[in-house]
Amino acid sequence: MPLDNATIQQKLTAKFADAISEWETPYNLLSCKVAVSTITDVLAYLYNDSELSFQFLTDLTGVHFPERAGEELCVVYHLHNMRANSRLRLKVYVPIDNPCVPTASSLFSAANWMERETYDFFGIIFEGHPNLTRILNVNEMDYFPMRKEYEMEDPTRTDKDDEMFGRGSLV
Amino acid sequence: MSEVQTIQQHLPLPDESLQKQTTTLNLGPTHPATHGVFQNIMEIDGERVLQTVPTIGYIHRAFEKIAERRPYYQVTTLTDRLNYCSAPINNMGWHLTIEKLIGITPPKRVDYVRVMVMELARIADHLVCNSVIAVDTGALTTFTYVFQYREKIYEIFEEVCGSRLTTNMGRVGGFERNFSDVFFAKINEFIVQFPKVMEEFETLLNRNRIFMDRCIGAGPISAERALNYGFTGPNLRATGVDYDVRVAAPYCSYDEFDFQIPIGSVGDVYDRYMVRNGEIWQSFSIIKQALEKIARLEKEDPKQKNVFYAPEADKYHLPAKPDVYTKMEALIYHFKMIMGEIDVPAGEVYHSVEGGNGEVGYYLISDGGRTPYRLHFRRPCFIYYQAYPEMVEGGLLSDAVIALSSLNVIAGELDA
Repeated sequence: MPLDNATIQQKLTAKFADAISEWETPYNLLSCKVAVSTITDVLAYLYNDSELSFQFLTDLTGVHFPERAGEELCVVYHLHNMRANSRLRLKVYVPIDNPCVPTASSLFSAANWMERETYDFFGIIFEGHPNLTRILNVNEMDYFPMRKEYEMEDPTRTDKDDEMFGRGSLV
Repeated sequence: MSEVQTIQQHLPLPDESLQKQTTTLNLGPTHPATHGVFQNIMEIDGERVLQTVPTIGYIHRAFEKIAERRPYYQVTTLTDRLNYCSAPINNMGWHLTIEKLIGITPPKRVDYVRVMVMELARIADHLVCNSVIAVDTGALTTFTYVFQYREKIYEIFEEVCGSRLTTNMGRVGGFERNFSDVFFAKINEFIVQFPKVMEEFETLLNRNRIFMDRCIGAGPISAERALNYGFTGPNLRATGVDYDVRVAAPYCSYDEFDFQIPIGSVGDVYDRYMVRNGEIWQSFSIIKQALEKIARLEKEDPKQKNVFYAPEADKYHLPAKPDVYTKMEALIYHFKMIMGEIDVPAGEVYHSVEGGNGEVGYYLISDGGRTPYRLHFRRPCFIYYQAYPEMVEGGLLSDAVIALSSLNVIAGELDA
C-alpha cells in the first residue's frame, strides 16, 4: 500500500484546511505545522484513517526558538506508518508564557514518558497527562534546563563565551 | 510552623500495605538484579508483584544540552555513552546523520566495514543480554563462556579505533585511518571460532527444561501494546512484528545483504531470548557477506585498499598526523576542524539506525553554526521501559527480574 507525501498532504489539507501550514519536505520527510487547538484531532485522524494509519509514535520532543515571538516553544512529533513505511513530522508551536499542549498519551502509551521528558526539559505542559512530573531531573528543580537562556558555560567566566561556539548571545 | 510534618509519599500505596499485608520493596537503584542504575519501587504480596513504579534518571548526564555546545565531531563521544553495549552502532548512526545533512555518500568499502563493525557490536550487545538472562535464571556458566567472545569483538574494535567499550569510532564520511591487516585477520579468526561457541551456548540453554520453564510466559506483551508503547528492535520483533530499520530504511548498503528478520510470537522472555539468538546468527552471516564483498572490491580494483573515507568529505576529515606535522595546509585544516570552523549547512534531519535495542534516532536541527542547534536522541530503551510495569504486574517477582534483563534496558541509553 504505497503512501506518498502528496497523498498525505492532500488528505490532511482536505480535512483540516487552514489549521495545518508550513508544509515542507526536508530530506524527504514530510513536515508541517499544526495549530495547537487541532493537534488532538489531527493525531486521532492520522491514527484512525484506514489509509493514513500513522499508528506508531517514533519520537516526541521539544525545541526552543527564542526568536520566534509568540511561538517560542515547539513540540515535534515523528509519526510512522509501518505498513506503508512512511514517516511524518508534525510541529506544534506554543508561546512560552502559556506553553500548553493537549496530551497524546491517551492515543499512544509511548507518549507518556516522552511528554514527561519534554516537560522536564522545556516546561511544556501537556494538558490531560496522567502524571506530568519530572522524569530525569530531580523533583526539586525549579527551572527548565533545555531552554536556550541557560548557558552551558559558567556565566562568571569571561574567557569562554557563546561567540566561541559560532553564535552570539541567544537571549 | 506546625509540629506535624507531612511525609511525602512517593507511591500511592494500597491499603493493605499500611496494615503490613503487602510489602514495599526497593529493587534498585544498585541491586545486582537490575544490571544498571535504575530503581523499581514494588508492592508485593508474597511473591506476586501488585504494582511497580520505575524511577529513572540516576545517571542522567544532560547529553542533549552538552551537544548544543560541542562541534559536530565531539558529539560522537556522547553517543558512545548511550547504549554502551553497542557503542559503534550509535557512532555510525551519528555520522550517518551528519552525512545525510551534508549530502555525502560514503564509498562502498566504508559501507561494508561499517556494516561489519555494527553487526559485531550487535552480536556483543545480544551476547550480553542473553547471557545475563541466563545468569538471572541461575546459570552462570554460559555468561562466562560467551564473554570471552565479547572480549574478542572488543579487540577487533581496538584494531579499528584504539578503544574498546566507548569507541568513538569513525568520522564523518568514513573512518579515521585505514584498516590494518590485523583487523581483517582478527575478524577471520572470529568467524572460524565463534559458531562453535554460539552452538554450545544454544545447546546449553535453548531446549534446557529449567531455562524454558523459567522463561516461557514470563513478562509477556502483545504486539498491539508493544507498538502502542513504541517498542522497536528485538523486543518488538519478539511479539511478531517484523520491523527492522535495516530493511525498512536501508543505510550503509544494507539492501545489498541477504539476511532474515527473526520474529517471535507471544513476546515473552523466551521469545526475546530466541529472537536475539536468531539475530546473532543473522549478524554473523552479514559479517561473512561483508568480508566477501570487500575482498571482491579489492580484487576488482586494488586501489580500493586505500579507500577509508569519502573524498567529498575531505573538508570534514582530519588530515593524517604526519601531514599535520610537516605540511602547512594540513595543519591549517586540522586547526580549523578542531576549532569547529567547518561549515555545516542549516537544516533539519531525522535519521535512524537499527541499534542493539531498536531504532536509535537522531533528530538534528542545524542553524549553520558550529554546534547543533538542537539534537535529540531517540533512545529505544527510554521509550519501551515505560511498559515494564504493565509487563510484570500480576506476575512473580522472579519473573519481573528476568523480564527486566530480557528487555536489555541499558541505563546509559535510558537516562541519556
